[in-house]
Amino acid sequence: MASEDKKPKAACFDGEAARSLVKELRGTFDAGKTKSYEWRVLQLKSLLKLTKDHEDDIIDALRSDLSKPVLEAFVSEIAMLKSSCEFTLKQLKRWMVPEKVKTSITTFPSSAEIVSEPLGIVLVISAWNYPFLLSLDPVIGAIAAGNAVVLKPSEIAPATSSLLAKLLGEYMDSSAVKVIEGAVPETSALLAQKWDKIFYTGNGKVGSIVLAAAAKHLTPVSLELGGKCPVIVDSNINLIITARRIIAGKWGMNNGQACISADHIITTKDFAPKLIDALKVELVKFYGNDPLASEDLSRIVSSNHFARVTKLLDDDKVSGKIVHGGQKDQSNLKIAPTILLDVPEDSLIMNEEIFGPLLPIVTVDNLEDSFNIINSGEKPLAAYLFTNNKKLKESFVRNVSAGGLLINDVALHITNPYLPFGGVGESGIGSYHGRFSFDTFTHKKAVLYRSFTGDASARYPPYTPGKLRLLDALLSGNILGVIRALLSW
Amino acid sequence: MEAEEGLRLGRSVTELRETFRSGRTRGVAWRKSQLRAILKLIDDHEDAIFEALHQDLGKHPVEVYRDEIGVVKKSATNSLSCVEKWMAPKKQDKYGGGEVGGEFTHSTQVMTLALDPLMGAISAGNTVVVKPSELAPACSSFLANTLPLYLDSKAVKVIEGGADISQQLLQQKWDKIFFTGSARVGRIVMSEAAKHLTPVTLELGGKCPIILDTLSDPSDIKVAAKRIAGGKWGPCSGQACIAIDYLLVEQKFASTMIEFLKKTISRFYGENPKNLKNLSRIVNKHQFERLRNILEDPSIAVSIIHGGSLDEKNLTIEPTILLNPPLDADIMTEEIFGPLLPIITLTNIQESIEFINSRPKPLAIYAFTKNDSFKKKILAETSSGSVAFNDTMIQFVCDTLPFGGVGQSGFGRYHGKYSFDTFSHEKAVLHRSFFLDLEPRYPPWNDFKMQFIRFAYMFDYLRIVLLLLGYKLKKIFSPGHLA
Repeated sequence: MASEDKKPKAACFDGEAARSLVKELRGTFDAGKTKSYEWRVLQLKSLLKLTKDHEDDIIDALRSDLSKPVLEAFVSEIAMLKSSCEFTLKQLKRWMVPEKVKTSITTFPSSAEIVSEPLGIVLVISAWNYPFLLSLDPVIGAIAAGNAVVLKPSEIAPATSSLLAKLLGEYMDSSAVKVIEGAVPETSALLAQKWDKIFYTGNGKVGSIVLAAAAKHLTPVSLELGGKCPVIVDSNINLIITARRIIAGKWGMNNGQACISADHIITTKDFAPKLIDALKVELVKFYGNDPLASEDLSRIVSSNHFARVTKLLDDDKVSGKIVHGGQKDQSNLKIAPTILLDVPEDSLIMNEEIFGPLLPIVTVDNLEDSFNIINSGEKPLAAYLFTNNKKLKESFVRNVSAGGLLINDVALHITNPYLPFGGVGESGIGSYHGRFSFDTFTHKKAVLYRSFTGDASARYPPYTPGKLRLLDALLSGNILGVIRALLSW
Repeated sequence: MEAEEGLRLGRSVTELRETFRSGRTRGVAWRKSQLRAILKLIDDHEDAIFEALHQDLGKHPVEVYRDEIGVVKKSATNSLSCVEKWMAPKKQDKYGGGEVGGEFTHSTQVMTLALDPLMGAISAGNTVVVKPSELAPACSSFLANTLPLYLDSKAVKVIEGGADISQQLLQQKWDKIFFTGSARVGRIVMSEAAKHLTPVTLELGGKCPIILDTLSDPSDIKVAAKRIAGGKWGPCSGQACIAIDYLLVEQKFASTMIEFLKKTISRFYGENPKNLKNLSRIVNKHQFERLRNILEDPSIAVSIIHGGSLDEKNLTIEPTILLNPPLDADIMTEEIFGPLLPIITLTNIQESIEFINSRPKPLAIYAFTKNDSFKKKILAETSSGSVAFNDTMIQFVCDTLPFGGVGQSGFGRYHGKYSFDTFSHEKAVLHRSFFLDLEPRYPPWNDFKMQFIRFAYMFDYLRIVLLLLGYKLKKIFSPGHLA
């Protein structure tokens, strides 16, 4: 029923509707409803229950939107969301406790703490590639921090979008958690409102629009963007495991349509053929001889994206560079795992995020050169290195700037809730996951308690040279100096 | 001319980026040497700083020391002793090191507000451009002339200028912009930053209220009066983002408090409004006129109960108290940023919470009260950058507390470790070995792998073992999906 009367409303969601939505949420927030620990826990539990109750519906929606293989849907969306929710439920009480901090002699006697306070009403705009996880994971953070939240799922994954609208309407406190479905006009109407935080997952172009819209209201923004995540492969490694992990982190992640999936490989000239052979062998093991028929590969999300990825392959500069794959099935929007060797630096494929099943391999004479290649481009969301060389690992960690680094695997770092997940430079602003999600939607209020005693008159006029000496000592925390200054008053 | 200036700026930025690329700014030795250089600069030029601030703002040396030199020295010393600790990776997760930070200040604590973020940027291993406020020209030129003599000039640059230069600087691509100033300019900074997806910290202001609960002990009232006077007229004659803007008090307590405040004012600043001591002047003619217009509005003028005299020649304004000016007048809707203190009386001090909540979130809320449950209520029900109980301004010098706004008072925070964090990227790093590679991670998918993963996510190790041993387990997954 609830979804029934939502539909017509969503169809004409304009500036007026957005204004009244914000007003309603502001009312809920101001009434203090979302601030209590109990409310937050109740909502998180509902979210968990929603996920458990409707596993099959979620899997069906993801299949309809992306032909996402069941196991992938379960592992990378449902299970990830459940762990995130459970982790938050377990930790939330601790996160909410004000943090006591030390005070110095400068403010003696006093006590100080940092109080975590919800920002207010927040907007989450999510992406189509992990339409379930990327919608609800930020919502967990927003709720945990005690905010009222509006979720705008991606219209490019329509089945998941409407499922989210329906389920959140049924399970969550509808006075504080809302889903608005729609495309550009609806998003623009939402962005014109004043939010206390905007959390956007998607691409840099839209990210810049979001940031500019937020500037009008001085709203802080988290941008979870992407980038060309490189995989550097050394020659001294376990070849089979490396090949399998790269495949899992490329084609096993929504067929390469993930912000942290491997974009391209950088390896040495000598080692490239061996790596390619290993990748080919494992690819056949995973997806068979006709990968277009494999049930274990996602399709390309839409015909627009199919055309975009095809264009990367049709670029003259990469003709003849395909060493594996290349098959396409336009009617089913499927593209086979494709490997390209030695594509030129100025080719299209090396200048935009691939976000699809193409894997170019760039070769270098010396593996250390790969760091310069990475650093001369835009900062990626993740960078991966396969090696057993300790020195190289250290140098990688020190010299490569990326949102996150992972050594000897691909993409797995996002499953660790103790690590912040987020970009730097072109790959985004702000981070989330675990405690970081809570902090992203929280204002850290500085609180200082003083009593009426302990008043140093040096703070006040009339100003004298003696006061200057005392302040010098006080501010530098020099107790002896304080005593000296006081004695020579 | 403008194009030439743009080119010059472009070259500066390129040079900074090259310096950063060279890796020089990342070592702890470089960071410490720069922080020491700032300390030395201040020690060597204390008098010149006093002089510059006197010229720009008529600030008294003690005030300069309390709000500027002392704060910077304390901050530098703290950074020096902590930077190595801050840089150390947290187990599995943290690495310092950003890149080029641009920094813009536009305020009256010129030195602190320029140097404090600079130290954060340096501690975090960045190269930096400082654009000091053009409204304090003596300080601006002092920084431009002196910083290059002490700091690594290939990594730290001072660029002076007005709005046009700021505009051109903003066209460049920065890795971080740290801005202190007004909300209006803050919006411009953020919109420009949006083009390059540059993260921004905005340190803005707002109307910082003081909630004054009814106090009965005269000695408490006296302390409160001193701290309020100190927090209103002390910081640059109210021209500070965390200075008290207005005061909320119960009707019945107002007259007592006003008497105490008047006494404190005359003790602090002298009796003669023509010859005020220890009081900064208004930064420039334009601001002076703005404040004069507020005071001369007839509806406001009638509410003046103390002071109100202006000295146009010296750009000073007497500490002025107003009682219940109209709430829709500029004085109660705009940040005052000057030595005028409106007092708003309420029938019950509890109403102050609603009063504050119906206005934009301030950078700070001050509350004088001995009532613990009222303190809790203020904390829980209002929102502001910071809250200080029974004192004013002093939270600014507490390095363990983050300093920054929320809502209209800005976002992002600094001071102490928070400054370091503001200019750092926390890079997540996960190390894996080639040992233990589980088959169920990889396709082709089947029921076995599905169950394995299910149990793994539930940390159900027993069932995993049973599964591996070949036991048939009850399917908890509808088989239709894996047909």
